Amino acid sequence: MTRTPAPTDTSAPTPTTVPWPSVVPTGSPPTDATAPPAQPRADTGTGAGTGPESDADTADSPPGADAVAGAGTGAQWAPPAEAGAQPVPGRPPAASGARTSGSGPGGVWEELVTSALLGTDRRTPPGGERGPGAAAVLLDAVAAETVRRRAGLRPARAAGRPDPAPEDPRPPLPEAAARRLTMLLTDRPGTAGGGRRGSAPDLMELLPQWLATANARGFAAPPQTLPALLDAARGRTDLRPAALKFAGPRALWLARLNPDWRFALRATPGGGAAPPGSGAMERARRLWAEGLFAERVALLAALRARDAVGARELLASTWATERAEDRLMFLDSLRTGLEAADEPFLEQALADRSRNVRATAAELLSALPRSALAARMAARAATCVSLDRTRTPPAIVVEAPHECDAGMERDGVVTKPPAGRGERSWWFGQLVEAAPLATWPARLAGRTAEEIVALPVSDGWQGELHAAWCRAAVRQRDGVWARALLGAPTAPDAGGPGAVSLAERAKLLGTLGAAERAEWVAGFIATHGLSEAFQLLGMCGVPWATPLGRAVVDALNIARDAGSYPWSFSGVMGLAERCLDPSEAGRLDGLLAIPDEPEDASPGAGGYWAEAFQRLVTTLRLRAAMAEELRAGS
Amino acid sequence: MERTAGPSAPATAPGDPEAARRRAERRAERITAGATELEQRLADLLRAGLAGAEQTGGGPWEETAARMVDAQAPGLASRVRELAAIPSSGPGWPVRLLEECALLHLLDRGWLHRERLPDSLAATVRSRVGLSTSADGPPVRDHWLVLAQYDTADARLTTRRVWLYGAETDRTVLLLSYGAAGRPPELALPVGLALEAEVSAYPDAGRRRVALGRRFAPPEPTRARPRGVTTSRATVRYGEALRDDPWLDSVPVVLDRVVPVPDGDGWQLADADGDTALPLARTTGGQPGLWRLVALSGGAPVTVFGECGHRGFAPLTAWPAGRGTAVPLC
Repeated sequence: MTRTPAPTDTSAPTPTTVPWPSVVPTGSPPTDATAPPAQPRADTGTGAGTGPESDADTADSPPGADAVAGAGTGAQWAPPAEAGAQPVPGRPPAASGARTSGSGPGGVWEELVTSALLGTDRRTPPGGERGPGAAAVLLDAVAAETVRRRAGLRPARAAGRPDPAPEDPRPPLPEAAARRLTMLLTDRPGTAGGGRRGSAPDLMELLPQWLATANARGFAAPPQTLPALLDAARGRTDLRPAALKFAGPRALWLARLNPDWRFALRATPGGGAAPPGSGAMERARRLWAEGLFAERVALLAALRARDAVGARELLASTWATERAEDRLMFLDSLRTGLEAADEPFLEQALADRSRNVRATAAELLSALPRSALAARMAARAATCVSLDRTRTPPAIVVEAPHECDAGMERDGVVTKPPAGRGERSWWFGQLVEAAPLATWPARLAGRTAEEIVALPVSDGWQGELHAAWCRAAVRQRDGVWARALLGAPTAPDAGGPGAVSLAERAKLLGTLGAAERAEWVAGFIATHGLSEAFQLLGMCGVPWATPLGRAVVDALNIARDAGSYPWSFSGVMGLAERCLDPSEAGRLDGLLAIPDEPEDASPGAGGYWAEAFQRLVTTLRLRAAMAEELRAGS
Repeated sequence: MERTAGPSAPATAPGDPEAARRRAERRAERITAGATELEQRLADLLRAGLAGAEQTGGGPWEETAARMVDAQAPGLASRVRELAAIPSSGPGWPVRLLEECALLHLLDRGWLHRERLPDSLAATVRSRVGLSTSADGPPVRDHWLVLAQYDTADARLTTRRVWLYGAETDRTVLLLSYGAAGRPPELALPVGLALEAEVSAYPDAGRRRVALGRRFAPPEPTRARPRGVTTSRATVRYGEALRDDPWLDSVPVVLDRVVPVPDGDGWQLADADGDTALPLARTTGGQPGLWRLVALSGGAPVTVFGECGHRGFAPLTAWPAGRGTAVPLC
């Protein structure tokens, strides 16, 4: 212990000043001009090797050990001997005084490395001797230099700082909700191993719901969760709008620093929705004139949502100079907030050079029942459909058009049918689809939509006609016709391949109110079971209305009793986990037990069902807890 | 990262003290033989030149490491294994290999001549070589704040490091615990908790490693924060610590009022009130941790705990400006 001189304890051992290897980027000059790499400090050379304890016992002892002991004359490194070194706490490198260059430790270091690379048999190290002992002498010297260099490390000069992130004025997330978010974001699907999901909830699937609730309550994202949020939004485009809204302005600041997150900047032009107010329109015009395509599409969509006229005028101002594919995308954004005042602009687009632009303009015009195009289509469609009163009961007779004339083509009718379809029925379908539905009661003796749909259609035209009416009801968002075409959910042909396909039914449901939708699907499931219900359930609002939820649970229960495996219903089960009202969890407790297996059941199915129901209940409880956490603090 | 030589077996052997002394002597002799052999191996390498080390691959090192295990010197063995990985570690590997060879040589010499070293340095050498020691320091009672907890794992062992900061003693200490491969160690102290407890230091020179003794209350969340220093002061701390333990790769440091700043391909932590900065070490923490740190800061000063050493600064935990709880980065 006597070898450590006490008075030097407060001084830092600072033999050489060497920046970290990573401080100086390759190809750039050293960041600290006064301390180039491998330059020795003037105030360090003198103390080394002349420690107060240098004495005779080094004669027969290896220098390396002396280095450790801090006592040897042979070692260059002896921290306690650095008593002469200036203490430098807090002193920036620029102020660290004069330096010498040349034969100091820095130059020695280069020579040591060269000798080590080539081998001491070929290159005698500096200050060493030839022969077998040279390697040990070299290692002694390198050990001393290594520790000296490490002890001499000093901070680098700070690089240019980025502008700070903008303020996020939203209130912070309650602590429990913040912990939950971290859990949802760190859950990795498939960690349980194997394909089977077990009874653990699928947390990633709950993220969309969590984000929607948090956004509705207007909370700010905890800054440290932003990287995981951006990664999640990057991997799943369906999450993007909600994730980016929740992530807020700091996420855009962050995205500018990491190329992986560029998508966030594209998704929100100009760093988020431009605040309305003076100059907003001016900024929009500049972005419209100078922005990238994706930025312009996003700008137009955002503007259209809050100022339909302004968006249309902005588009009209440059319409003639846009490229055809861009015109198509821009035109599509008019779908939002489509109004009668859009008609002149759309009429003009009917004469566009591009066929696709013409077709889209025609489609939009036909969704405006009072437009001139709708009237023209109504006249054409009406001539094809008539009522044959001579039959009992009366029947609809269809006479499809014999040609597609120039006027039809100008109004967006596509002349050439897809492969396998006759051209007359193809033209007919387009005419009926584009004609306002109000055409038909007038044409068919004042009958209601329901009565019209019930009429027989002669010569096998029913499928074509009803399918076209379905498309028209969806396009014109006509609930009365949609209801008529859907029919009763309990009708025997509702579950099978009737005149109206499941996909069309799902779209028709979209035109109805949430309660009516849920009721219809509940009736459908009660009659037809779950095998065809997935697509229809996807159209229902979350959480499911009570009758719908109970219909689904009852149907699952029946499927279990029938002895099939639960993974035949994994799609519906997954939906139920995300959509069932969490307050229903209590009613499911009876399903958690493993039932006795009937003789014709699939082996082990009962256990798997219990597991699946367990996951359902666990997920529902989790969703209830999530909602509760987000209610706090607001 | 603090290098360690594996779990410590109880240092006291059963049976009579004379037998224990003879066992310890026999083990020391075997380690001495191992260290001597390793010296020869290093000398051979340096005589032939490091430039050829890339071609020879890790095979010879693996064999040497196995010899060190036989010699009951696990600390030497793990250092030898790390040497094997250096030639494939990217640009600049020859210098890193040379430095690590030299420090291994220094450790060999330290062992072979340990009787001439000051007591504390001799204890450090024994611990670095891999001789188990026991935490025989006097118990220190404090309100210990958990600064960081992270695991590293190899094929045989999961090592958990828990950094604690004692508010009253102003000391930062390290708890190590181990789990068999693939299994997490038992002791879990999440960041942001604090516990009233006694710790006892191991006899190494730095006296940073401790064993957890009596606990007076279960860990509880706390808003307390450690005191921090500037980047300049942090490098001085590392330099000072090398005086007691030249094999030290880093020291635990809390940096106060620093801002993460991009610098070329890497990042720095820059003093908010000065023009100095520490480069961030590239390996530890990983990218997710780095981005959490950047997001937390948002360009504003934060408090960061991490390990500061010759590879740069490895951030482990951060605290936002103003109020706010600790955010683990590892």
